[in-house]
Amino acid sequence: MNEYWSDIFNGSKSLITGLLITAREFCKPVVTERYPYEVPTMTPLFRGHIELIGNEETGQPNCVVCGLCQRACPSTCISLEGKKAESGKGKVLTRYILDFTKCSLCGACVESCNFNALQFSKEYNLASFDKNDYIIDLLKRLEDQNQCKQ
Amino acid sequence: METSIWRALLYLVGIMAFAGLNAAYLGWCERKGAARIQRRVGPTEAGWAGLAQPLADGLKLMSKQLLVPDGVDSIIFRVAPVLAMIPAITSMVVIPFSGGIEARGMELSVLLLFALASLSMIAILLGGWASGNKYAIISSARAVSQNLAYEIPMLLTVITIVMISGSMNLREIALDQQGGFWHWNIFRLENGHFVIMWISFIIFFICSIAETNRAPFDMTEAESELVAGYMTEYGSMGFGLFMMGEYLNMVVGACLTTVLFLGGWDCPFGKTPGVWWFLIKIYILLFTVIWIRWTYPRTQIYRLLNLSWKILIPFSLAILIITAALIKVF
Repeated sequence: MNEYWSDIFNGSKSLITGLLITAREFCKPVVTERYPYEVPTMTPLFRGHIELIGNEETGQPNCVVCGLCQRACPSTCISLEGKKAESGKGKVLTRYILDFTKCSLCGACVESCNFNALQFSKEYNLASFDKNDYIIDLLKRLEDQNQCKQ
Repeated sequence: METSIWRALLYLVGIMAFAGLNAAYLGWCERKGAARIQRRVGPTEAGWAGLAQPLADGLKLMSKQLLVPDGVDSIIFRVAPVLAMIPAITSMVVIPFSGGIEARGMELSVLLLFALASLSMIAILLGGWASGNKYAIISSARAVSQNLAYEIPMLLTVITIVMISGSMNLREIALDQQGGFWHWNIFRLENGHFVIMWISFIIFFICSIAETNRAPFDMTEAESELVAGYMTEYGSMGFGLFMMGEYLNMVVGACLTTVLFLGGWDCPFGKTPGVWWFLIKIYILLFTVIWIRWTYPRTQIYRLLNLSWKILIPFSLAILIITAALIKVF
């Protein structure tokens, strides 16, 4: 009989505790983001697909076409081409294609680069119906970024 | 009581509008309430703050095909959703919204209400049975055992109220509680009823949640076990009518609780009584029902029956006897 009463008492108490918890949560601010209207800012260590870094003054890529990133990539995502520079010294990047379908974001390319030419982008809107959208021309991307800056 | 055709027409239009709007917008309130409790925002896209969402849902349900699967009892299958709505709407005939707003006064309105409340259980039973689906049949068997178990303590507490008020007319019961919250049956100072009547109120409230098959007593719809219970085979407006029936039963339950325990349209401070107090009270109760749903997990069928037979029925019987003694002594 004692158990019966303590059951009722403890049960009612825990029920009220539960109601108070949800009441408290009800009054707290919303934690979700309304995605298409509110765009989140990515954390510094967020890894999007890689992108080229441009020279701060000229906007030209820092890349010297050494090809280390291409060799470092375990999935052969990167293919790049360059030509001799007109000044006669070094090479100029003419084509830099990233095949993002195979990329696992391991970061070996960024790590291998000695010329501060590669970084992770903060791009996260990557859904698409077309596979070709994931073959990304990074040189064109850099040009677009430069245009946006101007 | 005048019996002009206008009264019937006014009832039809008024109650249908009240019922329809409540059934639609309680769904919206439920989704918003659930979202707030889980710290989300809920529907926002359709209309301002998602206020057009019930309309969009209704249109979507109406535009879908009413599928009657092979092997169901096609007549009963079609009748059951309608039967889920009818008792809830009919119940509102006798509910006194205020001193002047009542479709039809009746001497035995409490009895009529409880007779109609049992009918909604029949709708679930028929819907589940006609579906010929094992989940649906288990669900309707649960609904029947649950409703039987919870009707007993509910009726016992109602008998207590009827003894105090000396009437089975909802209007008379509400009139008996006018003049401030200390006259309401839940806190009634007179004869010392307040000592136990609040327990009676809690019992009645629990029973009304269980009667309407709301969480945490939604054993009939237990998604994790029974898919959607008696609604498994229903789509389009068949499903829509069951949903509306559920919300309307909630509204009727809240109205009944208000009239029986919270003084109907009476102001808590004995000042301006009116229909607004009635509405404030029922919406507070309905909010509590939603709040409870998003707080507690679903109980189990045997615990549900244990709660009724081992706790609620003995308690309501004891309250009945004590109230009778109080009335006799004072």
